[in-house]
Amino acid sequence: MLHMVVCIKQVPDSREIRIDPKTNTLIRQGVPAIVNPYDLNGVEAALQIKEQVGGRVTVITMGPPSADKALKSCVAMGADEGILISDRAFAGADTLATSYVLAKAIEKAGALWGAPGIVFCGKQTLDGDTGQVGPGIACRLDYEQLTYVEHIESVDVERGVVVVHRHLEDGVERIRAPLPVLITVVSEINKPRRASLPGLLRAQAYQPIVWSTADFEDLDRSKIGLRGSPTIVSKTWVPEPRQVDTEFLRGTPAEVAGRLTPVLLERLRMTQGA
Amino acid sequence: MSAPRFDAIVVGAGPAGSVAAYTMASQGMRVALIERGEFPGAKNVFGGVLYRKPLEDILPEFWKEAPLERKVVEQRLWVLGKDSVVSLGYRSARFKEPPNAWTGQRAKFDAWLAGKAERAGAIPIYETVATSLIRDGDKVVGVQTDREEGDLYASVVIIADGVNSLLAKSLGVHREWKPDQVSLAVKEVLALPKDVIQERFGVEEGEGVTIELIGETCGMAGLGFLYTNQDTLSIGVGVMVSDLQKKKVKPYQVLDSIKQHPEIQRLIAGGETKEYAAHLIPEGGFDAMPPLSGDGWMICGDAAQMVNAAHREGTDLAMLSGRLAGETAVACHATGDWSAGGLGAYTQAVKESIIHRDLKKYRGLHSLLSGPQAELLFGALPQALNDAAYEMLSVDGESKRDKQKRAAALLREAAGGTAGLIGIGWRGWRAMNG
Repeated sequence: MLHMVVCIKQVPDSREIRIDPKTNTLIRQGVPAIVNPYDLNGVEAALQIKEQVGGRVTVITMGPPSADKALKSCVAMGADEGILISDRAFAGADTLATSYVLAKAIEKAGALWGAPGIVFCGKQTLDGDTGQVGPGIACRLDYEQLTYVEHIESVDVERGVVVVHRHLEDGVERIRAPLPVLITVVSEINKPRRASLPGLLRAQAYQPIVWSTADFEDLDRSKIGLRGSPTIVSKTWVPEPRQVDTEFLRGTPAEVAGRLTPVLLERLRMTQGA
Repeated sequence: MSAPRFDAIVVGAGPAGSVAAYTMASQGMRVALIERGEFPGAKNVFGGVLYRKPLEDILPEFWKEAPLERKVVEQRLWVLGKDSVVSLGYRSARFKEPPNAWTGQRAKFDAWLAGKAERAGAIPIYETVATSLIRDGDKVVGVQTDREEGDLYASVVIIADGVNSLLAKSLGVHREWKPDQVSLAVKEVLALPKDVIQERFGVEEGEGVTIELIGETCGMAGLGFLYTNQDTLSIGVGVMVSDLQKKKVKPYQVLDSIKQHPEIQRLIAGGETKEYAAHLIPEGGFDAMPPLSGDGWMICGDAAQMVNAAHREGTDLAMLSGRLAGETAVACHATGDWSAGGLGAYTQAVKESIIHRDLKKYRGLHSLLSGPQAELLFGALPQALNDAAYEMLSVDGESKRDKQKRAAALLREAAGGTAGLIGIGWRGWRAMNG
């Protein structure tokens, strides 16, 4: 049976985020927590594959105890199990330490329900925006990595092959890859479903599995939490608004067009010449 | 998978529904609490005053943990003239301990109250619309929701889905409200620093003032209000929908004109608008109340027109009706009798409660306000009272007797002669005491 793992993260709702003008840091207080939207696309993708070819879906997150709410909302959508990796020792992790712990957790989940054939991540998070954790997990697990996937054309479990379309800046790339793979998804891939009523009720009663450091046998303590995180935020600032010189062209449409045309032609010449 | 089944389904996590759910869940019943908003309170609006008594009977000393704004130590009534005000007020230390009422904000308060029901064991089903009732013959046996596989069954459905009750319509106990049975209230929340609010309203930390406003509603039947919160003010006005239709006035125009009044301006100046809300208020009164219970169902709160417009009470009546419905369900759960007869105990309990007695007392108010006197009561008379006050209080060399005569004449004239003034007084008296 195809085991799929989706890595999710609870993030502050970016629609409600404000920046403290004094410290230039995010004001997280009182901002509602949501599941990173791209991660929900990952959950939806896994559920659709489960519906087509069968399998089971495990959702994993690393975070504080309150992140169990995020797992429950994925269970409401139809995920089979939710695992919360939660321990003060994991706190302060950057993308390096996070991908290390998630890779360990995926291996551990694999021991329970079979080595995952596909691991899903969102293309990036709303709060960190790095897009590094997915590839980081793929490297550690030695999985093929398929990033920015906007369409999953086919999953052939028997032959162990997946065909996906990657969303690139200048086009679409169709890729065939052998399982196991790690896929990061863009929002174009699907529309995450609304939980059914039985799903919602199941999630109400569901208690996610919680793993602390003690639950891992071979965890390298130097690679987790703050200690395992070489990234340092040395400074943050809000960029100055860009100064753009604006000229208003007034007059009849013919006059305006007469003055505008040479300007546009000059621009075009410059960009093509560059 | 067979459809989920509960002892009771409560539709609407407002004050009526949450109290009903809490009452039943804390007695060990299996309760589902359905709410269409993202969270309880997300879609709810009220002017802003919560009384102690109705909730205290259910949750003793709730104010020690509930998110409330300021305890009301002074209530004012302002009769507005064009650029003046005749004011009446009552302030007492007796309102302080224990407080009689608080100002509040529904988004916070309702979420808290629903949380109490959840912790008592009610199962929250939020962001879900209960679209219609499921029946077996005449008996209500559950609700349909807008989710996949969304049917839900229970021994009783408590309908507390507010003024635009989809389920009461589905039940057929009432149709759309008539335009003269509902008011449209618009409200703004204005941010001001705490100390500015305390200074302008003359109160200490944690204390607040409510001001009810009559007049300057473009001659339409309606009341305005201005309440103090911690670091915001709630200002709004409710006007009967039929009047808005007749006068072709937009509700926010009425609020804007009240905000421009010089005496109001002094209190709200500098306030930054944080929220803008509008909501219907059922004001049909006693005669608009639908049947309250039947085979497998009960109706509470706004869905049943339980609002006392004269005393700005709705939330407390909703909570009381929720409690009575919850208690009835607990009793029926014990006997297993969910028939119209068994649940009729709720209708009886409402009849014996303050809900019925108060609404009955004011049953004439609705026809008074929707009648031709409204223009006089809310337009000409408030202005005449202001003019009369000016006559009485200005010292200009005229004898006091002449001044009093002229002041009285102003009022009489506004009311259409002595007979008119007496008539208005009589009808008003009857409406409030009938």
